[in-house]
Amino acid sequence: MDNTKDKKTNPFINGIIKENPTFVLMLGMCPTLAVTTSAINGLGMGLTTTVVLTLSNIIISALRKVIPDKVRIPAFIVIIASFVTIVGQFLEAYLPALNSALGMFIPLIVVNCIILGRAEAFASKNGVFASALDGLGMGLGFSLALTLIGCVREVLGSFSIFGISFKAPLEAAGLSPIAIFVMAPGAFFVLAAIIAVMSVIRDKQLAAGKQTKIKDVRCDEDCAGCSDSSCVHRFYDPDGKDTAVGKKL
Amino acid sequence: MSENVNDKNNMSSTAESLPSVSPTPHVRDKSTTGRIMGCVLLGLLPATALGIYNFGPRALVIVISCIALCVLFEWGFEKLCKKKSTVKDLSAALTGLLLALNLPVNVPWYIPLVGSFVAIIVIKQLFGGLGQNFMNPALGARCFLVLSFSRYMTDFSYKSGWGGTDVISSATPLADVKNGLGFDLTSMFLGNEAGTIGETSALALLLGGIFLLCAGVITWHLTGMYLLSLVIFVAVFGGRGFDPAYIAAHLFGGGLMLGAFFMATDYVTRPITKKGQIIYGIFLGCLTGIFRIFGPGAEGVSYAIIIGNLIVPLIEKITVPRHFGYRNGS
Repeated sequence: MDNTKDKKTNPFINGIIKENPTFVLMLGMCPTLAVTTSAINGLGMGLTTTVVLTLSNIIISALRKVIPDKVRIPAFIVIIASFVTIVGQFLEAYLPALNSALGMFIPLIVVNCIILGRAEAFASKNGVFASALDGLGMGLGFSLALTLIGCVREVLGSFSIFGISFKAPLEAAGLSPIAIFVMAPGAFFVLAAIIAVMSVIRDKQLAAGKQTKIKDVRCDEDCAGCSDSSCVHRFYDPDGKDTAVGKKL
Repeated sequence: MSENVNDKNNMSSTAESLPSVSPTPHVRDKSTTGRIMGCVLLGLLPATALGIYNFGPRALVIVISCIALCVLFEWGFEKLCKKKSTVKDLSAALTGLLLALNLPVNVPWYIPLVGSFVAIIVIKQLFGGLGQNFMNPALGARCFLVLSFSRYMTDFSYKSGWGGTDVISSATPLADVKNGLGFDLTSMFLGNEAGTIGETSALALLLGGIFLLCAGVITWHLTGMYLLSLVIFVAVFGGRGFDPAYIAAHLFGGGLMLGAFFMATDYVTRPITKKGQIIYGIFLGCLTGIFRIFGPGAEGVSYAIIIGNLIVPLIEKITVPRHFGYRNGS
């Protein structure tokens, strides 16, 4: 039940590369694809999510013994939505430009699968400190991923980086930006390319024995509370002795 | 049942001796991927020659550079991945030629480079090479370029012929048709007018298409149904009734001939069965009609074909031939 079985894995480091929410766990795809038209937007979205993720992880972890199991999802949503509202109002007050650039995707952080996923898979089973570290690590991993995608798309699609334009000299040389990269298809191209490169690196490390294979982190062996209807182990208890799978039934 | 659908996937593994691209039973003959691609290249020769004659030396440079870049990318990627080289089967050269024929003559130097990269590396090789690409590489690259560099890809002004100095900047005839302006059917048929390098002359494309039909490389099902359904669509929804000149303008204008004879018929991205090809042709014709008549732009052949490419797996699914000795559906 504990995702930190491997005691060497620090929950903070874990989220940044090994279980990077975007490139490895493939969570939070909607903001990943939608807001990464520039590096600033990606970074802003990532950091906003990090704040919400860390705070909600802390509160959910602190309340994990109080929240009844049957209504845990609504309880998590209430906690997450409160923080999203607070952060959204802060952004509106102090960073109005970023707020209008991210638009609808700020309130949509409430239903971001990374946050709910970490609440369900980690914070509701681990201590406050570990949960805070996990939230921070996952959030930073998400921020890094979004910033990286945003950088690539901004450089190729509008010849600038973090808002600093180098368009003039390139246009003088007759080049023009590849506009498709700041449109929707560009997000898919860049995301797929980065995931492919990361997979190649991970395969090489696996082959060299430098990395251990990642466990399917979504499986907490509780089939009743699991939404993965295609899982081969779902409610599967071949000889009635299996205690690990579906034992909460 | 899935063996039929997988036939075309086997093409890449047996690139030298192509067993068949039809449903079973398979008959062995002498046709190879190289021969088919060579035939299509030959069929495109009149249109290429006329495009170069019409648009001048710059068109020749674009055609040569697209072909060279596509072949180079194919060779380089296969070298890099230690795969067997498929340069000799001419498929990359054909992709390069089709890409060049889909470019306006005034594009800057890097557009053939980006286009060839997208066509060969992104659309073809990343999905597994010849036989595995889900989309026509040249058309996919064209759409990528239209979205990325719309300013250059819709600039159809050109210097007439070799040594000409007058810059002719007119709308494409299809845009004139759409805007209700006059059009000259004879020049649309012969091809001295604005457009991409290869699409302007319906005559040259028809000659090449008839050659392909005679050589048995393509059959009438797909192309015929494509053209026929577009004619019917234009007659019904075009707002001019059955006006022969208007319908002819839709047939000869834009990239329709190039698309219907040379791009939609791409072996990899069309359905395998004749029945599937007929459905596919009707789908393409209707989609092209919708884009041309109801869409914001004048042309829609390239988008129609790549969207068509995406529904090919579904068409294959409903047109799986009945196995001998089985009832339908069993």
